[in-house]
Amino acid sequence: MTGSGISSAFSYAPAPESRAVVDIAPSYGLFIDGEFTEPADGGTFKTVNPATEEVLCEVSDAGAGDVDRAVRAARRAYERTWSRLPGRERAKYLFRIARILQERAREFAVLETLDNGKPIKESRDVDVPLSAAWFFYYAGWADKLRYATGGRTARPLGVVGQVIPWNFPLMMLAWKVAPALACGNTVVLKPAETTPLTALLFAEVCRQAELPPGVVNIVTGAGETGRAVAGHPGVDKVAFTGSTEVGKAIARQVAGTSKKVTLELGGKAANIVFDDAAVDQAVEGVVSGIFFNQGHVCCAGSRLLVQESVHDEVLDSLRRRLGTLRLGDPLDKNTDIGAINSAGQLARIHELANAGEAEGAQRWSPACELPDQGYWFPPTVFTGVSQAHRIAREEIFGPVLSVLTFRTAEEAVEKANNTPYGLAAGVWTEKGSRALWTAARLRAGVVWTNTYNRFDPASPFGGYKESGYGREGGRHGLDAYLALDGLDHDGGTGPGLDHGPGVDLEDAR
Amino acid sequence: MTATLTGLDPGTVEDLISSDASLRRFLRGLPGVDQVGADARSAALATRSIKTTAKAWALDLAIRLIDLTTLEGADTPGKVRSLCAKARRPDPADPTTPPVAAVCVYPDLVPVAVEALRGSPVQVASVATAFPAGRAALPVKLADTADAVAAGAHEIDMVIDRGAFLSGRYLQVYEEIRAVKEACGTAHLKVILETGELTTYDNVRRASWLAMLAGGDFIKTSTGKVFPAATLPVTLVMLGAVRDYRAATGRQVGVKPAGGIRTTKDALRHLVQVNEIAGEDWLDPRWFRLGASSLLNDLLMQRTKAATGRYCGPDYVSLD
Repeated sequence: MTGSGISSAFSYAPAPESRAVVDIAPSYGLFIDGEFTEPADGGTFKTVNPATEEVLCEVSDAGAGDVDRAVRAARRAYERTWSRLPGRERAKYLFRIARILQERAREFAVLETLDNGKPIKESRDVDVPLSAAWFFYYAGWADKLRYATGGRTARPLGVVGQVIPWNFPLMMLAWKVAPALACGNTVVLKPAETTPLTALLFAEVCRQAELPPGVVNIVTGAGETGRAVAGHPGVDKVAFTGSTEVGKAIARQVAGTSKKVTLELGGKAANIVFDDAAVDQAVEGVVSGIFFNQGHVCCAGSRLLVQESVHDEVLDSLRRRLGTLRLGDPLDKNTDIGAINSAGQLARIHELANAGEAEGAQRWSPACELPDQGYWFPPTVFTGVSQAHRIAREEIFGPVLSVLTFRTAEEAVEKANNTPYGLAAGVWTEKGSRALWTAARLRAGVVWTNTYNRFDPASPFGGYKESGYGREGGRHGLDAYLALDGLDHDGGTGPGLDHGPGVDLEDAR
Repeated sequence: MTATLTGLDPGTVEDLISSDASLRRFLRGLPGVDQVGADARSAALATRSIKTTAKAWALDLAIRLIDLTTLEGADTPGKVRSLCAKARRPDPADPTTPPVAAVCVYPDLVPVAVEALRGSPVQVASVATAFPAGRAALPVKLADTADAVAAGAHEIDMVIDRGAFLSGRYLQVYEEIRAVKEACGTAHLKVILETGELTTYDNVRRASWLAMLAGGDFIKTSTGKVFPAATLPVTLVMLGAVRDYRAATGRQVGVKPAGGIRTTKDALRHLVQVNEIAGEDWLDPRWFRLGASSLLNDLLMQRTKAATGRYCGPDYVSLD
């Protein structure tokens, strides 16, 4: 590693992005009905910069009463304004939000990096641009929903409760809020307790865009707040991204109610490298697959399945490549690997990595000096991993790669599918027929071929099995936020009209 | 494929070149290059931020790596002498500015350059082998080479026969490079692949290996007469090839992107790629060169700015 320790001939001088663009208040209230308000019981918690353990500010801890206020505000906004607006009017707001996100991109990127620990180059080049892209994309759908439903009339669901994780705080917000609003729903969103700041800045963007009060409400808090959101009887739909454990709890919580649910949960994705792959690019894909965002990615390619005939070559290449990764100050524009998001997550990564060693896998990391302050874990590769090892089965959610081998394509598919998860997979081969054969047999919501971790608002994303259900992104992503009525035979005056506010009838004429 | 990366001894190389078929099998068995992936990697490396002390260090290195080039039909002895003066002392106002690596001219101007650079560390490089098209019979190419070497050139930049390469006659290309290498004697041989005509990165990698197997001391992207010339991803593929070749054979080969590198930013991006793809061993004039003409002035202006805080503008550097 050249980042923080050993100096090379060409040692890149620090190139930190300036913090001056962000203005963090000492404390934040809850964003309810277009205003920042104090929580009823006055509870607060602190959010820290995981790279330094510096306390950034205090954030309100929303209780059940606060969540109730937020849901009522969302209901009022839904009934009085948002669901009654024609799609093209909703689109105007979404376009406006998208443009403001672009205008304030640097501010969002720096804030995300401070609160989350991810490298600035990722928040700058991935998180923020994709967040804006998501709003642009769904803004375009808002007045064209009838073309998304195969001729059936669609209605919004009502008030949507959304609970998002800490790995891509702003982007997950965009994935949830943009389609929900495009479809005419209003939102109560709970960001993760370790990364609430970009959501709170987004609240300011909603005001700047003059979004009607109550259309977006943001309640900060921990698990208890999330449970209150998901369990509130006034919430018509729950959308959750996070761990499988919490996802199951939410599914149990809403079972037997009229609430709709979509869940985007964990993963243990396999990156399958065949012997005819373009080795350099495959290694690059494997590296970005597991070390992008410190491996805090639900679709991270945490298992490398490499064909045994190229195992040594690929591993040599991989080790050499890891030697050039730069770990350190996330605000430095040359940093490749940032900080682990929280002490709790770091402990879990340590626990699983230690289990990997105890179970007999060989552990390797490049020479790498970790900063004294903050939460850090070096990029780590385990070889000699078997399917039975915990590090091959459990989601680590950190920069830890488990390497397994396979002999035949059938074996690769069997091993890749032998997991309770099914979110993503990667296939690396120069042979088109082999790529298609393999992809068709992988039980994963996304299969990337000769690339990894590519996201686009037009492309649906979601899982099989314990990775959850429902899709986000693309036309499919609209289904999660619409109720479909019967076939609309008469061009817009069909059954949809009788079911309360309709989203697209007016637009069709 | 495995053979290429786990060791190539001279005996294996003899087998490879025993027939066109075996050479073709070997070159086509090299791992492919995924174009989308290579472009993406290059673009990602281009976002490296080289500032302050790192930039000052890289500016001087970039100057030391330049093959200061003039390859025009209108070149005159006067122009070459002027270029040589600049090569020795790029910035007369600042004696700490290092000299460039070499001056690159057509063969008939080699004596002028040799005379003008006598006593300096700056090498004289000459293009040869019916540059830039390479469309001449082999004896003519060899005579061209021998002429430049006899005139005192330390380095010869040859062009490969792209027609033979693209039609799959790899052995012919191999033998031609061998013959030119022999004609070079002790002069260093840079093999120009003319990547702008090779159409795919797979071909760039194959041509790189072919040139290295045939004994080239450097592989060079372009003549500068064909566009695109030295793009970042093409250089990236070649840097990967020299890295893999050294791992397989123990012999280190240099890389020279040439053509189209005009700004300091371009040069720094190339250096970042050298550093992160081939490794820091290549960050030396022995192993990496930048074929350029106008680049030097931009580097000098940036160097002055780094030292004084002010940007002097193009009127304060000599136009060559």
